[in-house]
Amino acid sequence: MKRTPLYPQHKTMGARLIEFGGWEMPVQFQGILAEHKAVREAAGVFDISHMGQVWVTGSEAEGFLQRLVTNDVSKLAQGKGLYALLCREDGTVVDDLYIYRFETDRFFLVVNASRAEEDLKWVRGRLKGDVQILEQPQAAALALQGPKASAILEPLFPSAIDLPRNGIVEISLLDMDFLVSRTGYTGEDGFEIFAPAGHILQLYPRLLEAGAGFGLAPCGLGARDTLRLEMGYRLYGQDLDEKHTGLEAGLGWVIKLDKGDFVGRDVLVRQKAEGPKRRLVAFRLKEKGVPRHGHALSFKGLPVGEVTSGTFSPSLQVGIGMGYVEARAFPKDVEKETGLAVQVHGREIPAEVVALPFYNPKKAVPHESK
Amino acid sequence: MNPNDLRFTKTHEWVSPDGTVGISDHAQHEITDVVFVELPKSGRAVKGEEACCVVESVKAAFDIYAPVAGTVSAANDAVAKDPAVVNRSPYDQGWLFKIQMANPADRDKLMTHDQYQEFVKTGGH
Repeated sequence: MKRTPLYPQHKTMGARLIEFGGWEMPVQFQGILAEHKAVREAAGVFDISHMGQVWVTGSEAEGFLQRLVTNDVSKLAQGKGLYALLCREDGTVVDDLYIYRFETDRFFLVVNASRAEEDLKWVRGRLKGDVQILEQPQAAALALQGPKASAILEPLFPSAIDLPRNGIVEISLLDMDFLVSRTGYTGEDGFEIFAPAGHILQLYPRLLEAGAGFGLAPCGLGARDTLRLEMGYRLYGQDLDEKHTGLEAGLGWVIKLDKGDFVGRDVLVRQKAEGPKRRLVAFRLKEKGVPRHGHALSFKGLPVGEVTSGTFSPSLQVGIGMGYVEARAFPKDVEKETGLAVQVHGREIPAEVVALPFYNPKKAVPHESK
Repeated sequence: MNPNDLRFTKTHEWVSPDGTVGISDHAQHEITDVVFVELPKSGRAVKGEEACCVVESVKAAFDIYAPVAGTVSAANDAVAKDPAVVNRSPYDQGWLFKIQMANPADRDKLMTHDQYQEFVKTGGH
């Protein structure tokens, strides 16, 4: 199993570790509920060094990425990032990723840990023209998330706090270069900080120290999962995979069918016209219980699909989840109707379909301001 | 309750002389934050080692087994209302249910607290 550069610190700090995407990662420090609360009310810091970091450069890099991903890279300004899907020809999802642009011809990709190898194979297999692909050596990263994130970051990276949502900037601290973006996977205001392992190792204790007075908590993947699910953010391997398309996953907003050709476009155009056969729905339980990955979903007693992600929502104190349902058996116009249920340990618990996000963060993330 | 008055199973439940059942301190620590408990209904007949209750953390669900055979005579409402009490007080307020034991001598076959602690220490989990 792979370990991040912060593994020794995590051990010292008493983290419980689990396997995730081939990595041995902290699942919790003090406890998932306390860490979740810290991020919603103060701030939390996550080791996200397991995520893949890839540079795509060259005079034809923009056109190359434009043909590989679903979102419109041509509209991506320098110093900004966007969320996109990497699709197969059949429209199913190889991975979901963030693409940042530095100069006209220099892009930085952040991909899922479990998919990094597959992504590189996929992207390199389609390489054409003046494009270079380089996996960031010694990649490491931290996510600082929560309403107090910018106050904590300010003394370390003063220029980062003016970043708009999805903005990214290269900043020096003690002669070390960091990439700081205003992004995250929790729904709260926050930053992600990318740098080589040696730099992140030096930053981590400084960040914990800077956050001590603000209630900053070291957080594990357990809280990362409850936080992202409360926002309805999809997790690759559960809500996204090579069996469902981005349209079925409800990610039409990052699929720009009119931007020109891209891998998977033909299938997605057809699927949009015909209407997807399956779709991802979000639900909350009407009674006590915890829906989990793999639990069966039924509509008026008939099986319609299964839960892809489910949890107890610490913010809402109720069971929430998402899952694919057969569109024919579960038509959109009956969405508000009762009849959806989740099979939890042999018990049929009624659920209601809800709009995402499940939870609305209190502090708005600054949008395009400066 | 004094743990020395309790008997323990290899699946980390405890049972008191009057048939009250809960999970060990070690178990609540391993399970982490309890967020939901599905309790058995009063009147349910259970066999020894039968799964009859579910304790859930954020990450996973854990079956709880009846330490002895008998009939469920009560379930702890306090745990249904505030599941975290299982973490805070596994041997007192965090009890789960009571069993009218079919044969109270069954309880004697289970581990004492000392034996259970040895069991946990030597890698029983």
